[in-house]
Amino acid sequence: MSAAIKERSREEYKAQEERLRAVWANPAGWRYWTSVNNFQIGLWYGSAAFAFMLFAGVLALLMRLQLAVPDNDFLSAEFFNQAFTLHGTVMMFLFAVPIFEAVAIFLLPPMLGAREMPFPRLGAFSFWSFFLGGVFVCGSIFFNAAPSAGWFMYPPLATDKEFSGIGADIWLLGLSFIEVASIAAAVELIVGIMKCRAPGMRINLMPLFAWYLLIVAGMILFAFPPLIAGDLLFEMERMFDWPFFDAARGGDPLLWQHLFWIFGHPEVYIIFLPAIALMAMIVPTFSQRPIVGYSWIVLAAVGTGFLSFGLWVHHMFATGLPQISLAFFSAASEAVAIPTGVQIFVFIATMLAGRVIFSTPMLFGAGGLAIFVIGGLTGVMVALAPFDWQAHDTYFVVAHLHYVLIGGMLFPVVAGLYYYYPLINAKKLSDRLGRLAFWLMFCGFNIAFFPMHLSGLRGMPRRVFTYPAEIGWDWLNLISTAGAFIFAAGVLVVVFDVLRPKHREPRGELNPWNAGTLEWISEPEEDWGVRSIPIVRSRYPLWDQKDLARKVNEGRYYLPDAEEGRREGLVTSVLDAEPIQVLRVGGTSNVTIVSALSLGAAFIALTFHWWIATALAAIICFCAVIYWLWTGTGEIPEKPEKDVGLGLSLPLYASGPDSVGWWAMFITMVGDGTAFASLVFGYFFYWTIHADFTAGIAGPDAVWSLVAAFLFAAAWGLMMAARMFNRRRATAAMRGLLVLSLLTAVAASATGLAAPWSPGMDPTRHVYPAIVWILVIWVLAHAALGTVMQAYCLARSLAGRLTPKHDVDLSNVVLYWHFLLVTAVITFAIIGLFPAAM
Amino acid sequence: MRLIPKEIETLWTLFTAPVVWVVHFLACYVGAAIYCAKPELIGLSFSAVRAGIAAVTVIALSLIALSAWLAWRQWGFGTDDPPHDDPTRRDRTLFQGFATLLLSGLSFIAVIFTAMPALFLTGCIR
Repeated sequence: MSAAIKERSREEYKAQEERLRAVWANPAGWRYWTSVNNFQIGLWYGSAAFAFMLFAGVLALLMRLQLAVPDNDFLSAEFFNQAFTLHGTVMMFLFAVPIFEAVAIFLLPPMLGAREMPFPRLGAFSFWSFFLGGVFVCGSIFFNAAPSAGWFMYPPLATDKEFSGIGADIWLLGLSFIEVASIAAAVELIVGIMKCRAPGMRINLMPLFAWYLLIVAGMILFAFPPLIAGDLLFEMERMFDWPFFDAARGGDPLLWQHLFWIFGHPEVYIIFLPAIALMAMIVPTFSQRPIVGYSWIVLAAVGTGFLSFGLWVHHMFATGLPQISLAFFSAASEAVAIPTGVQIFVFIATMLAGRVIFSTPMLFGAGGLAIFVIGGLTGVMVALAPFDWQAHDTYFVVAHLHYVLIGGMLFPVVAGLYYYYPLINAKKLSDRLGRLAFWLMFCGFNIAFFPMHLSGLRGMPRRVFTYPAEIGWDWLNLISTAGAFIFAAGVLVVVFDVLRPKHREPRGELNPWNAGTLEWISEPEEDWGVRSIPIVRSRYPLWDQKDLARKVNEGRYYLPDAEEGRREGLVTSVLDAEPIQVLRVGGTSNVTIVSALSLGAAFIALTFHWWIATALAAIICFCAVIYWLWTGTGEIPEKPEKDVGLGLSLPLYASGPDSVGWWAMFITMVGDGTAFASLVFGYFFYWTIHADFTAGIAGPDAVWSLVAAFLFAAAWGLMMAARMFNRRRATAAMRGLLVLSLLTAVAASATGLAAPWSPGMDPTRHVYPAIVWILVIWVLAHAALGTVMQAYCLARSLAGRLTPKHDVDLSNVVLYWHFLLVTAVITFAIIGLFPAAM
Repeated sequence: MRLIPKEIETLWTLFTAPVVWVVHFLACYVGAAIYCAKPELIGLSFSAVRAGIAAVTVIALSLIALSAWLAWRQWGFGTDDPPHDDPTRRDRTLFQGFATLLLSGLSFIAVIFTAMPALFLTGCIR
C-alpha cells in the first residue's frame, strides 16, 4: 500500500465517506419506494413473497378444514377448486421462485464484495412486475374469478371457457408477466456472479451460494421460456380460438403437458437449489470450519442443474406415451438422486469434521433436510413408472411433493431468515421463539403430511373437495387437518418473531455468528454495500484475512470515494476476477415503476379483452423503456479512465463482450431462443402425432419463405457492415447502412407475412395453419423489435451518443440480430421446405 | 493437426460432459419417440432403434471419457489434493480440472442409466 494512502488526513477520509453515503442514500418520504438499492429491493421482494405465502397458507388451511370430516359443506366445490389452484400457483410462482430472487438480490452483492447488482433498475423492475402480477392473481379469488383448473392448467378443461371462466386467463397472463420478472432476475444474477465479483475472488474462491445461484439462473433461462411459449399457445386458443390443444382440429392437450413440465420439473430444482445454497452457507458457519468437499458441491449443483431437465415426463407417466420413452425419464429421475445425495453427505461430513453449534438456523436446516430425505425417497418410488401408475394423482403424490418442497425449501428458507436477519437491522431473532416455531412446524408438518401417504395409498385422489364416510379416509384426514393447524401455529410464531418491535434491544455485533464470508462486513445502517471493495484471497475471507473488515471499513481498498457523484462498482474477469472496468450503475428512478406498472396494466387489460386500454398501456410501457434506455444506458463517460485506488486506473466504458450489457443481451436472447425452440418443438410434435399433419391444407409458399429468409440474412449482413464501418469512423456510411438494413428488414417481414397469407391459411381451421402462423408471428414480432433497435441506434448516432469508440448500443443490437437471423432462417426453412420434404 | 486439444482458459469446459449427456438423452428420447410415432418412416425394426441407441451411447461415453481425461490433465493428473483454495491461478485451474472430472463421472453414469432401458425393452409398448 502506498504511503500516500496511509497519510490521508482524517478530514479527507470523512469527506470521502460523506460523498459515498450521499451517492448511495435512499430517497426520503414516499420517494423511498423509487429506490433501486439491492438492499431495499431484496427486502421488499422477500416481504412480498412471504406475504403471498401466508395468503396461500390460509387457503390451504381452509381446504384442510373442508377435508377434516367426510361430506363436509364448509366450502363449495367451486371455491375449493379455486383455493387449491391458487394455493399451488401462489406457492410456486409467488413464493418459492421469487423468494430466492429476493434472497439473491439482497445477499449476492455483499457476499461477492460488490456494491450493487450490475443492473439495479432491472432488479427494481423485476420486483414491481412481480408484485403487481401477484396482487392481480391473488386478488382474483375475492371476485370469485380465480383460476380453478389446478396449478398446471391442463387442457381441455382449462381451455374450455365454460368450465374455467376468466380465471384461466388471469393465470396465463398474470403468470407470464411474473415469468418475465424471473427472466429479468436471471439475467441480473448471471452477469452479477460472472462479472462483478470482488477482485481476487477467483472461481475457486467464490462462495457456494453464488455457485448455486449461477446454476439456478442458468436453469431459469432454459426452463421458463417453454412455459412462456406454452402460455402463448394457450392464450391464442382461449382468445382467438386457434386449436393448439383441441384434438378435434388436430391439436393435442399433451403438448401443453410437455411444455408445462419442461418448465415444471426443473422448477422444482430451481426452488430447491437456492435453499440448499443457504444451507451451504449456514453449515460451515455453525461447524466453524470450511465446507468439506467444495468441488463436490459444485459437481452437485451443476449435475442437478443438467439432469433436472431430463425428468419432465415423469409427471406424464400415466398419459400413454411409449414405455421406452417413460423408461428414459425414469432412468434420469433415478440418476438425479446421485448429485442430490452428494450434497447431503457433504453437509454431514462438514458437521462431523467441525464442532457443531446447534443454533436455531441449524435446527431448521437439519430438520428440513430430514424431511427432504423422506420426500426424496418417496420420489425414488414415484420415479418408477409401475409404482407411479398406482400412486398417480393420489394424496401419495401430495405428500411426496410437500415433503420435498417444505423440507427442501421452506425449512431452509426459515433457517436462512434466522441466520441472516441480523443483516437487516443488526439484531437477532429470538432463539426461544425460533426453537418453539421449529418444533411446532416440524411436528405439525409430519402430523399433517405423513398420513397423506396412507390416504393416497388407500386411493384418495387429490383435488376432491369432499369424500364419503367409511371408506377409510376419515381419521387420516382429521389428523392431517390437526397437523396443518399445528404447522400454521409454528409459521405464525416466526411471523410474530419477525414483526415484533425490537427497538429496545441493543444493537448486536456486525458478525454475530462469526461467519467467514464477506456479507457479514456490510453495516445495516449504510446503503453503500461495502465501504471499499476488498481484494479477496480466501473462500472464507473473514476467517483467513484477519484485518480485512477493518481495512474495508476504513476505505483502504478500491473505490472508497464517489468524486463524480456516481454509483460505481467494479467489473472483473470471469475466471480470476481481475479488475477490468469501473461500472456506473443507475440510481433511484421512477422509470422502473412506470415501466412495470404500464406493462402490468397491458397484461391485465388483455385479460379482460380491453383492447384500447391494452394498446395505450403498451405504448406507455414502450415509451418508458425507451426513455429508460436513452437516459440510463450506454452513457459516454466524461473521461476514459478513472483512478480506483491502490494505484490502479480502469476504463469507464466497455463495448462488445467486455461490457455487461452485451452479456445481458446474450443471456436474454438465449432465453428467447429457448422459447422459440419450444414452438419449433410444437411444430414437429404435431408432425409426429398425425399421419398427414397438414390435413391436406396448402402450406406456406416455399418461394416467399425462401425470399424472406434471404432478405433477413441480407438485413443481418448490412448490420454487420454498419458495425464495421462505424468502427472505421465512417459514420455516414454506418447511418446509411442502418437505414438500408431497416428497409430490408421491413421488406423481409412483408415477404414473410406473404408466405402463409398467400395460400390463405386459416389458423382457426386446423392446428397446422395455426402453428405455422405462430412461428411467423414470432419472427415478425422479433423483426419489429429489431427495426426499433436500428432506429434507436440511428437516433443515438445523430444525437452524438453513439460514436466510433463508444458503440455499445450498436454492438448489442448486432448481437440481437445474430439471434434474429437464426430464428428467421430456421422458421422459414421449416415452414417452407419441411412439408414438401415429407 | 493435434489429436488432443490444448488446455484452454474458459469456464465452459466445466459443462462439456453434462452437455454430452443432454445430447445423448435427446437423441435417445427423440429417436425413440419418432420411431414409435411413425414406425413406417424409416422402415426399420425396433432392433435398429436399440442398435442406434447403443451406437450413440458408445459415442457419448467415449466423448465423456475424453473430457474426463482432459479434466484429469487440467487437474495435474491428481498430483495435488483438494481443496484447491489458494488464491492462485494454479489452484483455480486445479479446481476447474477436479470439478470437471467429477462432472464427467456423473455424466458417464447418467448416460449409462439413460441407455439401460434399451437393454430390456424390445418394443415401444403402449
